[in-house]
Amino acid sequence: MSSDGVNKGRRRLLTGTVSVVGGLGVVGAAVPFLQMWQPSARARAAGAPIEVVIDKLEPGQMLQAEWRGQPIWVVRRTQEMLDALPGLRENLRDPDSDNTEQQPGYAQNEYRSVQPDLLVLIGICTHLGCSPKYVPEVEPQPFDADWKGGFFCPCHNSRFDMAGRVYGGVPAPSNLRVPPYTFVDATRIVVGIGPEGAVS
Amino acid sequence: MKQPQGPIMRTATGLLHWTDQRLPVISFWNKHLGEYWAPKNFNMWYFFGSLALLVLVNQLLTGIWLTMHYKPDANEAFASVEYIMRDVPWGWLVRYMHSTGASAFFVVVYLHMFRALIYGSYRAPRELIWIFGMLIFLVLMAEAFMGYVLPWGQMSYWGAQVIISLFGAIPVIGEGLTEWIRGDYLVSDATLNRFFALHVVALPLALVALVVLHLAALHEVGSNNPDGVDIKKHKDEKGKPLDGIAFHPYYTVKDLVGVGFFGLIFAFIIFFAPEMGGWFLEHDNFVPANPLVTPEHIKPVWYFTPYYAMLRAIPDKLFGVIVMGAAVVILFFLPWLDRSKVRSIRYKGWISKTMLALFVVSFLILGWLGAQSGSTTQTLMARIFTVFYFAFFLTMPWWSAIDKTKPVPERVTE
Repeated sequence: MSSDGVNKGRRRLLTGTVSVVGGLGVVGAAVPFLQMWQPSARARAAGAPIEVVIDKLEPGQMLQAEWRGQPIWVVRRTQEMLDALPGLRENLRDPDSDNTEQQPGYAQNEYRSVQPDLLVLIGICTHLGCSPKYVPEVEPQPFDADWKGGFFCPCHNSRFDMAGRVYGGVPAPSNLRVPPYTFVDATRIVVGIGPEGAVS
Repeated sequence: MKQPQGPIMRTATGLLHWTDQRLPVISFWNKHLGEYWAPKNFNMWYFFGSLALLVLVNQLLTGIWLTMHYKPDANEAFASVEYIMRDVPWGWLVRYMHSTGASAFFVVVYLHMFRALIYGSYRAPRELIWIFGMLIFLVLMAEAFMGYVLPWGQMSYWGAQVIISLFGAIPVIGEGLTEWIRGDYLVSDATLNRFFALHVVALPLALVALVVLHLAALHEVGSNNPDGVDIKKHKDEKGKPLDGIAFHPYYTVKDLVGVGFFGLIFAFIIFFAPEMGGWFLEHDNFVPANPLVTPEHIKPVWYFTPYYAMLRAIPDKLFGVIVMGAAVVILFFLPWLDRSKVRSIRYKGWISKTMLALFVVSFLILGWLGAQSGSTTQTLMARIFTVFYFAFFLTMPWWSAIDKTKPVPERVTE
């Protein structure tokens, strides 16, 4: 092959064009491989809302349901539990639930719930996803000598009060999450869908 | 070449000659074994490279055999591992070889890295060897983590939950990223299945490729030695370093002694303490995975505990994850942090020796702390030692430069 009369400009243009088009091809071909890691249609269908029947729930009791494979806690709080909440303010990181991602707007209040006594939470620690323990007894605990009742995560010692609000000085960054939920009637709630029908 | 005797030898030599004209067999053998000149003063610390290779082969072999009976399915995985342990002929042995092999891999690799630390094996011109080695360490951590998920016990499940949630700390994309990794809204069958694919196909391929690069880079520049002197400075008229000996037969035979000792200890553990009292296989992992119940006390297997202690010591999710990641990443920069005039600890001064000793102590204590429940005192200790861990590296350019060194000999010492 002779190197006389080589059109360098044309060669550079062709090399550039082929590289760009080839590169776009690689990016395009990567899409299905990356998308294949996303939750499948079956997994998405399994994430539909669930109904929880609460008529047998006594004050102070907690029941656990499952939504999208996560534990959903429903606690009927006693009046003492509710009365203790305001007194904890200064020990908490976000006492007024200012972090709007952690609860729907209709649960952004003093009790973090739609109906004061009924607390609905996703039972997953906001630190690294363990499931905290329900420790309602107001008595000294190994992890807190002045325990006022709430939730304690055994993984990294994060603590939450009876409204799922996180204490200061623990690894969890935010309050426990309140899932979207709505009352069907006095004895049933649906978890996974809010009152106005907005899934969040 | 000498004229071969007898028809069998003649055929063998002929075959070798025929092959060598088509594939560089002899030159490959000479470059990497027969005429690879290794310093003659290797000590015990130099066993761990070849032992790491041995453990890798053990993991590949036992791993392939385990996949013949294991089921990567959330409903069947736990039972299939128990099936291997109880019903498959010799299944218990191969499974324990694999699970103990994982811990052995980290023991060997940590000692191999410590060897590099004391003799300055990461210093120029061996920076790339160190970087490939660190990449091997990273892939090994991913490989070990995903392998631990496969038996689908409680620790498998909740360990996966915790590790995947680490990515959730990344602002904006975090949550979508964890969903993408899990392939579901929670750790589930989809997660198990993809971890199986990564554990048995993708990561072993990456691991083997990196080992090839690690060795190729090593054989290009030559091995360091306990004195940290450059043996290529003094060569005989044929170009062979005066202080070098052929890797084969001298070090292949020496390494066989190491293999013997290692095999003895390895077999003892497999037969008498395969779970190592909960350190190699945790008690909670003999309970099938349950997404609704977290075990009382989640802790990783021993080889991750130093980093886990750092994560837990920091009362902020994102910063904790950053610190834990940085603890590994900072090791990559070691070749450029060490400004000492000498490579080996033998010729370094008291500052370097003290700092290294304190570093080893911090690492071990962090490892112990990571396996504890994390009381207030333990958290305080973890914070102190985390600070020292980073201080060791970040202040190294300063103390390694001012530390008094002893004169380095021209040739290796005995």
